[in-house]
Amino acid sequence: MTINWISLTALLPLVGAALLATLPKGAELRAKQFAFGTTLVTAASAIAMAVQFQRDNTDLQFVEVRSWIPSFGINYAVGIDGIALVLILMSVILAPIVILAGWNEAQGGRWSVKTFYILILVLETMMIGVFSATDVFLFYVIFEAMLVPVYFLIGGYGTGERSAAAVKFLLYSLFGGLLMLASIIALYVMSGDQGGHTFDLAKLANLQMSSTTQNFLFLGFFIAFAIKAPLWPFHTWLPDAAQSATPGTSVLLLGVLDKVGTFGMIRYCLTLFPEASKTFTPVIIVLAVISIIYGAILAIGQKDLKRLIAFTSISHFGFITMGIFAMTSQSQSGATLYMFNHGFSTAALFIVGGWMIARRGSSTISDFGGLQRITPVMAWCFFLAGMSSLALPGLSSFVSEFLVLVGTYTRYPVAAIIATVGIILAALYILIPVQRALHGPTTPGNENLTDLNLREKIAIAPVLAAIIALGFYPSPLLNVINPAAVHVNSQLGFTDPVPTVEGK
Amino acid sequence: MTSNLIVYLIAIPLFSSAVLLLSGRKANKWGHLLGTLASASSFGIGAYLFTQMLAQPTEERAMTQKLFSWISVGSFNVDASLLLDQLSVCFVLLITGVGTLIHIYSISYMSHDMDRRRFFAYLNLFIAAMLLLVLGDSYLNLYVGWEGVGLASYLLIGFWNQKPTYATAAKKAFVMNRVGDLGLSLAIMIAFASMGTVSFAGIEEAAPKASTTTLTAIGIMLLIAAAGKSAQFPLQAWLGDAMAGPTPVSALIHAATMVTAGVYLITRSNFIFDAAPTAQLLVVIVGAITLLFGAIVGTAKDDIKKALAASTMSQIGYMILATGLGPVGYAFAIMHLLTHGFFKAGMFLGAGSVMHGMNDEVNMRKYGALRKFMPITFITFGLGYLAIIGVPPFAGFYSKDMIIETALNAGGIKGILLGSAALFGAGLTAFYMTRVMILTFTGTKRWDDDAHPHESPILMWLPMAILAIGSVASGFLFTRGDALVHWLEPVVAPHEHGEHSELLPPIVVSGLALTMVLIGISIAVMMYVRRPVENVAPENVSTLTRIVRQDLLQDAANEAIFMRPGQSLTKTLIAVDEKVIDGAVHGVGAMALGSGSGLRKTQTGYVRSYSALILVGAAAIVLGIWVITQ
Repeated sequence: MTINWISLTALLPLVGAALLATLPKGAELRAKQFAFGTTLVTAASAIAMAVQFQRDNTDLQFVEVRSWIPSFGINYAVGIDGIALVLILMSVILAPIVILAGWNEAQGGRWSVKTFYILILVLETMMIGVFSATDVFLFYVIFEAMLVPVYFLIGGYGTGERSAAAVKFLLYSLFGGLLMLASIIALYVMSGDQGGHTFDLAKLANLQMSSTTQNFLFLGFFIAFAIKAPLWPFHTWLPDAAQSATPGTSVLLLGVLDKVGTFGMIRYCLTLFPEASKTFTPVIIVLAVISIIYGAILAIGQKDLKRLIAFTSISHFGFITMGIFAMTSQSQSGATLYMFNHGFSTAALFIVGGWMIARRGSSTISDFGGLQRITPVMAWCFFLAGMSSLALPGLSSFVSEFLVLVGTYTRYPVAAIIATVGIILAALYILIPVQRALHGPTTPGNENLTDLNLREKIAIAPVLAAIIALGFYPSPLLNVINPAAVHVNSQLGFTDPVPTVEGK
Repeated sequence: MTSNLIVYLIAIPLFSSAVLLLSGRKANKWGHLLGTLASASSFGIGAYLFTQMLAQPTEERAMTQKLFSWISVGSFNVDASLLLDQLSVCFVLLITGVGTLIHIYSISYMSHDMDRRRFFAYLNLFIAAMLLLVLGDSYLNLYVGWEGVGLASYLLIGFWNQKPTYATAAKKAFVMNRVGDLGLSLAIMIAFASMGTVSFAGIEEAAPKASTTTLTAIGIMLLIAAAGKSAQFPLQAWLGDAMAGPTPVSALIHAATMVTAGVYLITRSNFIFDAAPTAQLLVVIVGAITLLFGAIVGTAKDDIKKALAASTMSQIGYMILATGLGPVGYAFAIMHLLTHGFFKAGMFLGAGSVMHGMNDEVNMRKYGALRKFMPITFITFGLGYLAIIGVPPFAGFYSKDMIIETALNAGGIKGILLGSAALFGAGLTAFYMTRVMILTFTGTKRWDDDAHPHESPILMWLPMAILAIGSVASGFLFTRGDALVHWLEPVVAPHEHGEHSELLPPIVVSGLALTMVLIGISIAVMMYVRRPVENVAPENVSTLTRIVRQDLLQDAANEAIFMRPGQSLTKTLIAVDEKVIDGAVHGVGAMALGSGSGLRKTQTGYVRSYSALILVGAAAIVLGIWVITQ
């Protein structure tokens, strides 16, 4: 009997959520423990799958196709390549960390603690599904359905103007989703004229269509993904959402869900519309470069810690998008590696930042001061997370950022040069809050903050360890990503620019 | 194989650093000992490897150790690989040798600091990163060490960052260094795009086939990198503030080793600069400007550490100048770097010793007559002084004289200009260093009543004494039989024959240099021995003096050119983001929903400005697309 690894892994959290629902009200601790255990089992299952992954095989692996709605040609079809595998791994590793780190963050929500964890687990199922779907309709359904748990997580458990932020997030995403839906329907209709209605990604990729049609359909997908990623100027929902959401939700939102945008650009935009992708590449590269610089400059000027982290992510998503559309081996592999690394460094920033905010009761940066003396371990963790965000060489984010830059330079030198200015801005947007919050004399209101407890140390240690270890030895990930990235580029007919002089 | 040992040079201090950072308070008792032992072990291994190299014939001395494949994507292949050759071994011995002495000194200097263990952890981290910088066999490996030392420098400048100005100084150093790192990043990108490799060996092989434009571009980017790390004009402004760090840090990082990394980078990249005359010209210009800039700033500093920092900047200017003079200059740059490592580290430790005895007072106007109270400090500092001003037979005489001579002989008007700058700098050096000596050690006592100057304990004066021996003897040893020049030949000199014609014979150059030194000393004596020194800086001084006191307005210039425009750009963009981009979304949403009249009222006033801004934005995007697709 063969095991359908993807379905198994995706189902585990869903089953966990169902069981969680049967727990009696008020059993908060048991709900947490059970949710945590479920995510650990899910992570184990995903890792077991990853071990069997054949890294040099560029075909989709662990493929499973079941007829779902036959009258419309809709299938439950899943399968993964190296890019999807890496993103699934990131998601399932971050899930238990988020639960452990934010052990008490569901308290004080509009609904019960149990509901919070049900939402998280349902979301985890969808995260695995969205990265592995190979049926466009299935992808769309999950893409839209994911909005629901996130909406309730922000609106029900967040802080401040949580309802407004949740609605803004929802409307933005729905708008993008509608554009994508229109494109999907058009594809479906065309497939009917060209040999049978289908939502199968591989078959849709072979459709014949005029370049005008292709351009319009491309935009339908791309704008949806650009909102999700988010790319300038579609970004304004993100800082609001991140400011209002709980830290754990923010990690899942920025670390995982936003990656659906950049992942979608690779899997859907490039695969379905190769010609339109090339047509729009110059525009997208420019938007990406603007995102890098604009996000960084706005991050520098933020007074709220959570908004600051959100803007750094806008800058980072600019790097990822630039890498995807520069379409060289280095930039494409670098972009996927960037997605993984950004998940970890943003998780570290939000988790530690979240602890600081919970202790201080404020997310305004100037309310902190001198934490290095009061809470040295927490201060160190925040500092290290910051170093990862500014891509210090020796940490994992440096490898991906440099790959994106060097790969982009070989094809679009001007874009790469402007983007490189981002490394100076990154030093500012990290070191300014580090100085305000951690250095200087201890300011009133901070004297009695407590340092990290054992649970928190256990939660953050693997994140920081991964950031350091993968900085020195990124090969385990790159070996999985490289063949898939090369495959993506070669499908579009791109080979790397050749150096003018042959070195050794 | 001895090459298997190279990695331990780095691994031991790195491991020690991790142990010291992760272990708790219990390690406070022995943390400093472990840190010192780690540095000393690295020195031991370095010395052993050096003897192994000496035993080999010249062409077999360089050795590499490949550790693992670090990043491999498509044709971009970078190994974690270490190269120990004639050039890097000089640095290994300097870093671990001076580093170990400074560890020993710090045991005593930092003994009353509650965070001494953390201090030693940072020092070990620095040693490891600096060794990686000089041992990496590619620009990308170097980059890791390059930013690693930047991190260590940031942590150590801000070691007492509970004081806000110190925290700001640390941030300033990191950010200005990142401007330099931008240059290094771009140099690597250009090299990969044009030559398909980022390793030193690969680029050295491909460089002769590359276009001059490419090599010039790489050279200029590397110069920006060097300027950031080595505090060269126009990226010099962070070094003076970096004196916020504990004095042993100033000695090790901001005098002897890290700030000389730019000299290493240019020397290591000799195969690029030798084929890029424009880049080389820029190198000598930057060097000449900085050597004068630093020396001028040094003449007006009353803070002993800042005076020495200005001097460091100036002396590195000499080294950078030398590296820009082509194959003949590299060896002299390295020689001056090594002798400077001895005498400047020694003088910084001396300054620390003085501060130790003077309640951490740094204002030289509140010193005076300390020679009687701190004889060992006086003698060791004095030997360093004689070395830096270039009195024969002390170390600086040999190394600086070579640079002046090479500059003068660079040919034509360029040679005359550079040589004059170097000679004038020698006079200024003599002036400001004599001023430091007089203000600190001679004359009448001007200190406050609560100061009780005393000589420092042996753990502090012994490293000073050893460095003083280096200040005395190293120049002679390096030049005996042209030892250092020949040693470095396989790395830097492409066997060039046909010497430049000499503008002036060496003996005349030495004579000129010594004359300048004598003039500098004489002026200092006239100003500070003949006239009484006040214990507060005089206020009724010329505008010129005021400008020099403000570091030739470097901070004012940076603020006017970068900081204030940057701050207003940030403010503007935040407003644009809230009112225009988000506002447009709200406006569209409100119109689409046909509701939110309150919202619409606040937004309509902006409609005209939105449309104008959207137009400008669209035009910018079109322009951007055009530029990128060119």
